[in-house]
Formats: sequence, C-alpha cells, structure tokens
Amino acid sequence: MKKKELCTVESQEMISAGIYSLWIKTPSIAGEAVPGQFVSLYCQDGSRLLPRPISLCEIDRQGQRLHMVYRVAGKGTAEFSGLKAGDSIQVMGPLGNGFPLEKAAGKRVFLMGGGIGIPPMLETAKSLTGNSDLTGAPEAAKVTAVLGYRDVRFLQEEYEKYCDVCISTEDGSYGTKGNVIDAIKENGLEADVIFACGPTPMLRGIKAYAEEKGIACWISMEEKMACGIGACLACVCQSKEVDSHSHVHNKRVCKDGPVFEASEVEL
Amino acid sequence: MKTSVNLAGVELKNPVMTASGTFGSGAEYSEFVDLNKLGAVVTKGVADVAWAGNKTPRITEVYGGMLNAIGLQNPGIDVFCKRDIPYLQQFDTKIIVNVCGHAPEEYLRVVERLAEEKIDMMEINISCPNVNAGFLAFGQDPKCVEELTAEIKKIAKQPVIMKLTPNVTDITEIARAAEAGGADAVSLINTLTGMKIDINRRTFALANKTGGMSGPAVKPVAVRMVYQVAQAVKIPIIGMGGILSAEDALEFILAGATAVSVGTGNFINPTTTLDVIQGIEEYMDRYNVDDINDLIGAVR
Repeated sequence: MKKKELCTVESQEMISAGIYSLWIKTPSIAGEAVPGQFVSLYCQDGSRLLPRPISLCEIDRQGQRLHMVYRVAGKGTAEFSGLKAGDSIQVMGPLGNGFPLEKAAGKRVFLMGGGIGIPPMLETAKSLTGNSDLTGAPEAAKVTAVLGYRDVRFLQEEYEKYCDVCISTEDGSYGTKGNVIDAIKENGLEADVIFACGPTPMLRGIKAYAEEKGIACWISMEEKMACGIGACLACVCQSKEVDSHSHVHNKRVCKDGPVFEASEVEL
Repeated sequence: MKTSVNLAGVELKNPVMTASGTFGSGAEYSEFVDLNKLGAVVTKGVADVAWAGNKTPRITEVYGGMLNAIGLQNPGIDVFCKRDIPYLQQFDTKIIVNVCGHAPEEYLRVVERLAEEKIDMMEINISCPNVNAGFLAFGQDPKCVEELTAEIKKIAKQPVIMKLTPNVTDITEIARAAEAGGADAVSLINTLTGMKIDINRRTFALANKTGGMSGPAVKPVAVRMVYQVAQAVKIPIIGMGGILSAEDALEFILAGATAVSVGTGNFINPTTTLDVIQGIEEYMDRYNVDDINDLIGAVR
C-alpha cells in the first residue's frame, strides 16, 4: 500500500562529488518496499511543487529505514543535500514494481549499474545473496555486480560485501577502460539473467547485448514524473506492443515500471 | 451546514472535484482518496480513438508551477466506456467525462457515444494548448465555440460544460459564445501556454517545445477570469487554476464559481481534494455560514 508520510532523516553524507548518501526512518514505507522500487521526495520550498523520484539503495525493513544515494541534479536535489539528522521530509512510496527477483533464483546474475544507476542495484545484490531481511527472497547461484563509472567510484566497497564486483571507468582510472559491456567482455564473464539500471545509452547497449547472447534481461528506466502513481501520463516510455492499459505503444515508467523486460520496450 | 451545490441541475454533495488530466479516471488515486467523498470526478480527456500523445519529456517544473505537454494520450472511447465508466460507477460521486478531439466530427462522435452512458455531465475540452492539428484557434474563436457547443447540445443527453482557455484577449467573449450555443456551464481556466529552456542542454525543456502552465503561480489569473466570466454569463462556473488549499478554493467560490477543481494540487499532495473539502467546512463553521451557496459570487 502506497503512503505519503513524514519521515525523519537519520544521517546524510557526501560520498563523492555531488553524490549524497541519505538514510531516513519511515513510519511504514520501508516495511513494504522491495528492491528496484523508488520513493518520491518532496521539497520544503513551496515554489518547487513536484516530488523528486529517487531509487532505493537499501531497505532495512526491521529497522524501518531507507537508504538513498542520489546525485544533485537541480534545485530540488540541492535542497535535499542540505538535510541533516533529525530533519523531517515528506515521502511517498513505495512506488513502482521492482526487479523480478524470482527470475534470478538459482541462476548466474549480472547486476549492471551505470553512474547514478548504481545505487538501486545494491539492495538487489543483498536480496539475491541472502543478505536482506526480505522474507522469501530467492537466492541466485552467482551474483556479479558490473558497475560503470565515469571516473570516481562510490559504493564499490558496499557491493564487495555481498558479491563479485567488476568495474569499468570511462577514463580507465580503474578496472576496464570503457563501459560495462567492455568490462564483461574483457573479463570473460557470463550470466543467465541481467538486471540493470543506468543512462539510456547504456541500457540500449545492454538490451542489444542480452538479445545477441539470448540472456533474459530486465532494465530500470527513468523519466520526468509528476504524480508518480500512474495518473498523469507524463513519464511514459515506448512499448514494443500495444500496452494493455494505455491501448497505445506507451507504458508508464512510474506504475508499469520502472523495471521492464528489455524486450518489451523500445529505447 | 449545507455544502451541496446545484451545478446545471446536477446536485454535488460538495463543490470539490478533480481537474481533467490530473486524476486519470480515479483508480490510481483511490489508494489515497475515498472517491465517495468527492463532489465529482472529472476524467482524463477521451477521444473517439486512442491517442499516443507527445514525446517525452512531457512535463517540467517552473517556479511555483509546472508545464505539461502530455498531448491528451488516451485509450479511446470504446475502452473508456468498457473500463473507466463502470469503475467510477462503483462510487457515490458524480461522473464528468472530459471529451477531446482535433475536429468537430471527432468531438461529436464521442458525445454521441457518451449520450447513452450513465454519466452525469460531460466537459468539452476546446482549449488544450498541446494538440496542434490546425485547430489551434478553436477555443479562441467565439464563432467556432458557439457553433460547436450548439452541435454538441443537439446530441448530448447530459448537461454540457465547455472548458475555456485563458490564452485569449477577452475570456468573457468566449464564455458568452458558449452560453449562446447552449452550454449548461463553463469551466476555467485551462492551462496557460508557456515555455522553458534548458540552458545547460541548450534546448527546450519539453519535447513539444511549449506546454500548459498550471499550479499556484497561475491562481491570481484564474481567479480574475472566473470573476470576469461570472459578471458576463448566467450559467454556472467551475473554477480552477492552482488550488492547493481550502483558502484557494474559497477565493474561486467568492469570485463566482459554483464548483472548483483541484488539478496540479493532486501531484503535490494526493489528498488535496479531501483537505480542501474539510477546510471549506471549517471555514463555514468559523464564519457561521449555513449554506455554501451564500458564498458563491459573494464578492462583487
């Protein structure tokens, strides 16, 4: 059940240039959230009306806490970056569908993240390796996080606690020089299932790679949103077939997604 | 305390409704809002066939408001009649179906279908700024408005609301034309055409280049227009434009609106409609107002 509730900031720190790690205590949202979902954060400043959709990095259900790692991209996220322990923030969630963890049960899985698409894969990594408190979460046979950075790395050590990690950097300062596909190829890695989140060009490359190799693939998408619950039709993506709800070639990222099977969307 | 109002022969339990396009057909918001409590639900616009809408980005925030250019994406009247109307009929609220089209024949086909459906009213969107099919001036030309209203009135079996655009020199002229064509009510304002430029990407913030502005920043314009139209026509007015609170809604009512719609406010807080209803009751209590009808157009 989605809720809008007043939450309390537990801690916040900048973990890389312009990238912030925020822990909040929620009355009920954390108890219901699953990996791959997101929440809407509301600004205090009344001139900024629309909530900002932020993906969930970690979900502490028992402790009723949520972890978000986000990049300051505009005035709204700049406002969030000033939040301190004890501050209040309005949050709506959990929103969206989440990754279909059951598809990874007993399989070899790539969790691929690019840039600010890296954080949402962390709770997925924890769940698939038996390290979350999500009841009934299936375990994968092998989980490899394939993380693509421009240059400076963040959350690498967190992933290393739970799974194998393979890294690419655009400038070649660490790991494979290039992108996440280059990193897979250079290391000769293989998987049966891919879960991915990142910028559209990366998702396009992963979709093509998965199709070529015949790997089942789910990707988490992003689009500008207003309502966050499927009513306003702002955040649509193109679907391959006519969608059963919209009756046109559009799916709602906020409600039908943000996670889609790669083969069902056009990028 | 009497909070019910009579809108062109339709009795609303309270004057608060949703603004078209911001509330879907109610299903998504029903997780937050008991639809039985609303005066009416005004649906997302529906056309004779499914429309895919515009490319993304379809929305962007501006200071105190937002711009949208959804492009009236809708599943078409067949799906709407099968799925959305039966859904809304489960609730004790009035159903107002918003109708859109590119040309008079398209509107008339939808109105003809709706005439046979169990809905309470229809609202005709002659003012969407985001659909350009050579009829951009449609809701901006009094003669066109009067003619279309008259054509619709010939086949509609429910009261007809004409939704007016604020993107005109004199909105009272358009309101009078709707009244002359036989409209049972008018609703205003639709969004104000605007533009935002992304200086970092050096392009338009919206794929459609322009979009309709809504939100609290447009409210003073909307209140002024409702007041002007209230002085110009005898048919009832549904007022909207940036309503976030009961105080905002009361401005519209005092300016002459019989009912009010919450639009962008739903995005900011999904329970805005309920908060407005409760706040109006508290206001009436505080000022010993027995009948909300005593407030309609009370400021002259």
